Amino acid sequence: MPKDIDTTEVIFEARNLHISARAEDGTEIPIVKGVDFKVRRGEVVALIGESGSGKTTISLSALGYCKPGLEFTGGEAMLLGEDVTKKTTDELRPSRGENVAYLAQSAAATFNPSIRINEQVTEAPVLHKTKSQAEANEKALALYRALELPDPENIGDRYPHQVSGGQLQRLMAAMALCGDPDLLVLDEPTTALDVTTQIEVLKAFKHVIQEEGAAAIYVTHDLAVVAQVADHIVVLYNGEVKEAGPTDIIINRPQHPYTKRLMNAIKPLPEPGQGEESSDEHLRDDPALEVRKVDAGYGKGVNGQPLVKILRDINVSIERGKTVGIIGESGCGKSTLARVMAGLLPACDGEVLLDGNVLPAAVENRSRDQLRRVQFVYQMADTALNPRQYVRDILGRPVEFYTGLKGKKKRARVEELLELVELPTSFADRFPHELSGGQKQRVNLARALAAEPEVVLCDEVTSALDTIVGANVIDLLTRLQRETGVSFVFISHDLSTVASFADEIVVLYAGRVAEQGSTDKVLSPPYHPYTKLLVSSVPETRIGWLEEATQTREAQSGISGGVTLTEIGCPFFKRCPQAIAGTCDKIDPPRRDDGHGNIIECHIELSNL
Amino acid sequence: MTSLILRRLGIGLITVLAVSIIIFFGTKILPGDAAQIRLGQEATEANVAALRERLGLDQPVYMQYLSWLMNFASGDLGTSLSSDVPITNLISDRYQNTIIVSTLTALIGVPISLMLGIMAAMYPGSVYDRILTFISVSLVAAPEFFTATLLVLIFVFALGVGNAVVVGSADGKGFFELLAHFALPITTLSFVIASQLIRMSRAAVLNVMNSPYIEMAILKGVPRKRIIFRHALLNAIGPIVNVVALNLAYLVTGVIVVEIYFGYPGLATLIVQGVQTRDFVLIQGLGMIFCMTYVVLMLVADIAAFVSNPRLRHPK
Amino acid sequence: MNKPPKTEHFVAPFEEGISFEELQDAPPRAGYKPTMAGWVGIVVVTFWAFIAFAGPWLAPYGENELPFPDAYSEFQVPQEGARLGTDVEDRDILSRVMFGAGRTIGISLAATLLAYGMGVVLGIGAAVSSPKVDMVMSRINDAFLSLPTIMLGLVVVAAVGSSIPVLIVTAGFIYASVVFRLSRAIGMEIMVMDFVESAKARGEGRWWIITREIWPNARMPLITDFGLRLIYVILFISSLSFLGLGVQPPQADWGSMVRENLGALQYGASIIPVLAPAISIATLTVAINLVVDDVSAHGGGKLSGRM
Repeated sequence: MPKDIDTTEVIFEARNLHISARAEDGTEIPIVKGVDFKVRRGEVVALIGESGSGKTTISLSALGYCKPGLEFTGGEAMLLGEDVTKKTTDELRPSRGENVAYLAQSAAATFNPSIRINEQVTEAPVLHKTKSQAEANEKALALYRALELPDPENIGDRYPHQVSGGQLQRLMAAMALCGDPDLLVLDEPTTALDVTTQIEVLKAFKHVIQEEGAAAIYVTHDLAVVAQVADHIVVLYNGEVKEAGPTDIIINRPQHPYTKRLMNAIKPLPEPGQGEESSDEHLRDDPALEVRKVDAGYGKGVNGQPLVKILRDINVSIERGKTVGIIGESGCGKSTLARVMAGLLPACDGEVLLDGNVLPAAVENRSRDQLRRVQFVYQMADTALNPRQYVRDILGRPVEFYTGLKGKKKRARVEELLELVELPTSFADRFPHELSGGQKQRVNLARALAAEPEVVLCDEVTSALDTIVGANVIDLLTRLQRETGVSFVFISHDLSTVASFADEIVVLYAGRVAEQGSTDKVLSPPYHPYTKLLVSSVPETRIGWLEEATQTREAQSGISGGVTLTEIGCPFFKRCPQAIAGTCDKIDPPRRDDGHGNIIECHIELSNL
Repeated sequence: MTSLILRRLGIGLITVLAVSIIIFFGTKILPGDAAQIRLGQEATEANVAALRERLGLDQPVYMQYLSWLMNFASGDLGTSLSSDVPITNLISDRYQNTIIVSTLTALIGVPISLMLGIMAAMYPGSVYDRILTFISVSLVAAPEFFTATLLVLIFVFALGVGNAVVVGSADGKGFFELLAHFALPITTLSFVIASQLIRMSRAAVLNVMNSPYIEMAILKGVPRKRIIFRHALLNAIGPIVNVVALNLAYLVTGVIVVEIYFGYPGLATLIVQGVQTRDFVLIQGLGMIFCMTYVVLMLVADIAAFVSNPRLRHPK
Repeated sequence: MNKPPKTEHFVAPFEEGISFEELQDAPPRAGYKPTMAGWVGIVVVTFWAFIAFAGPWLAPYGENELPFPDAYSEFQVPQEGARLGTDVEDRDILSRVMFGAGRTIGISLAATLLAYGMGVVLGIGAAVSSPKVDMVMSRINDAFLSLPTIMLGLVVVAAVGSSIPVLIVTAGFIYASVVFRLSRAIGMEIMVMDFVESAKARGEGRWWIITREIWPNARMPLITDFGLRLIYVILFISSLSFLGLGVQPPQADWGSMVRENLGALQYGASIIPVLAPAISIATLTVAINLVVDDVSAHGGGKLSGRM
């Protein structure tokens, strides 16, 4: 570390901190119920917990701030030796932005859309008169460079909407660091980013934190990320500390049952060679669902082709009783593919077959039986369930619609379904807003199962859920598959979740299949270059992974730009470390089959991947 | 963004045309023949026919529409049926009062209302805010003539100033004399648009104040004044201009009631007369003027809404 | 990195087998409880509704009856036999206000119901129809919306004269366009929700989707809007009457009463003739506004923030 720091100085300490909300009628609802922890100079303390644990509320207390409707009701929050819970806004003003700085979860919401970036980044120190505008500008420029932002001299002149999400996130870090704060409060800063962008940002954060010798409070629900950046971890549940200690102990030798649950919920990527053995025998039956040479897109272009083509030449087959995982980053077309399968977005080329028979492309043209056999489960249970219908009607309607049951028999079937998804039958009389997120998602699933389908398309169904809840849902899906023999198509951007659950994986990049095959084959060499990048970007719950990863990634990654859809050639060309100019960008890559069902689309020979 | 504005202008033009069609054909539903009405029951067939021809009523309807439209565009509004005077003359005699009252209301009422609304948003929940909200909520729902009556009660009867009716002419008066002359109409109209303006500008500013980037500014320790004037108002200007334009458009209709109530001659009284005498030429001409003003103001409101969006001003 | 030598490890006390339930979403909402302002509004509205119905029976005199047929009794002060005084034609103001209640409120209610019937049906219809149909309907509607309401009223009255049916139909059509835009917006917002698509994917027909998926969610904001619309219709009709283009004398109507009694401000012994009808309108509309504001403040759900 470059600076000479007294590592025992306590920057922030929470002592028996209590924060409560005040309801409309005046009653007090405790949110944070007596929390203690310390943050020393140069340390990163992670607050982990699921939604409702109070971690964001606690982190804001370091700035002496409570969101509207909340207030400090007990205990102390000592920032540099002074209790901020008792201070007024005016008294707090000098230390905000100076001694302590906040990085929010969403950079887009944090920046004022009407003011140029540089002015906002340098605002705090200039207003507090600790730096002149010129000094602040210099510091900002140095920070832009340290955070590896493109075009550091000019990026500050832009408006927030003119830069990308990952860049804005780093600019937010620059804004927080411009005042040389003693304490940084980071609130889920990488949650909104793709996993490959996340690495860049994490690396930049860690570097800069070390350089500046700042202390940090890092709030997150992502345990793998925590292992990379934190020295100490505080585990929160329902406003209380369940366990706290050095990272090594919490990750590898947790003692509290809640912590253990959390650690179990993260499934590591299967090692190459592990996983189910896939048999080479070709099945006698037709695949439950098959996609052949499908192209699809949005908008109206010429010749019946869509204006923007999202998917090109997709071939996927889903065997009976098996799960196929479709992964890719945002914009790769995985949701589009699911919608094509469901008929919600008709393909413009190619066909979708159900049990060997071609399905009409659009939902309107499919028969009721065809619709019944392919069901779709949405990501956001909030919008997927009609808020004005009882659960018994949400489930009852498909039952009646597809099987014709009515009255008592219908009610009995609804209760069966609720049991199938491990919900109490009394929930039938509730409205969706009376259920928790995970419970709503289970109802969502039950609705799909009510049709007794053959294929269930799950579109990012766990992405909006907390870790433990999501893990429970995956367990449920695994069990359901065993019991009912339904085939699942599981779409996600989270490789580790998919890998734990799927029999086969399809890796999509920019609308083309980069690689597909059985799980263990895809996750072991030979890799498509993008698969390799993806696999190496997934953070492992192992200390030191980030440093290793960044070293090898340095060698690997090209420019981290966004995903570009291309008409011809391989869309990964710009980011591929093994790209061959003249070939990869001009000619569509051929499909190479290793004979065991693992297919990779690349110009490079299998033996060289 | 220029293309967006041009497109909006284009739509505005089409709207004006559509409006002209509605006005023209609306008055054409008149049962009874205009020429007959003009000349009265005793006129001879020949005279009626001659007048009909002179008025162009024997032509097919769409021809009448087109010639009317072209005349209007070139400034010829035709001749009043009931008084035989060119309509442009009638207007030039009367427009002064209407314009004076509307302009003065806009100049005085708008800034004051905006200030009140913005101040209310700066201190939400305070006593000041609650009183202001209560008054404007009440006034919004009350008709203009109620507000007028209330003001007359207070000023004329209780305080003994002013007149329940505006007497005398406005010629040759200076700014402050005009204000005094039209004091009550202007105050009434100001109250009417104030209630809307205060409510909407308060909502617009509050909406901005609840944005996440304002919370970020607080967390950076930015002083309150700077937050309001540099961070918040900038983003509230668009919605506020939008609201102001909408209310100015509303003035167009408010002016009518106030003119009748306080009994001074103006464009509104003219058009009401026209309706009472079934003078459809007058209605068409004046109606178009009122409606065009309204449409133009709505257009300004729309354009202000997207000019204020920085994403559109500075594309990537 | 130099770690401090201390390794503090804190473990909270726990019991075996405890389950960590996922915390629930928003607790169930309490029913609607009116605030003070809301109660005031409800009381006043109920009062006027009662008068509207029972007015003609409770009024001391007939609509055009003279309490003092033999004396000069224009604009008299309130006195025995005429509790609110007399108007320009020597009639009892109290009675006329009571008759006027039924007329003004009746016309306005009818017009608003008409506006709502048309507007909601067409608006939601446009939301679920093909984009082409939707665009045509919206453009026509926009043209109507671009006209100031009083102007339209003027034009229609000039064309066909003013009678009660004409007033109801005119106001109904004019405000139908506002309701159209609102219900279309609400409809479109609901249409893109996943649960509607889920119903479509199931194979549900259009009618089912409208009645069972869309309408239950659109109800609340539309009903609150009904109150607002009613206010504007009352103001519209009264203003037209005030201009002499609405309800014609000698029928009693609050708007025309203000108009015909304007002279009281200048030379009447009492100004109640003008005040009484004006205050009646104002109290009614403000009361409705108070109730509407109160109900919508309670609503607060995602879709009811439509005001």
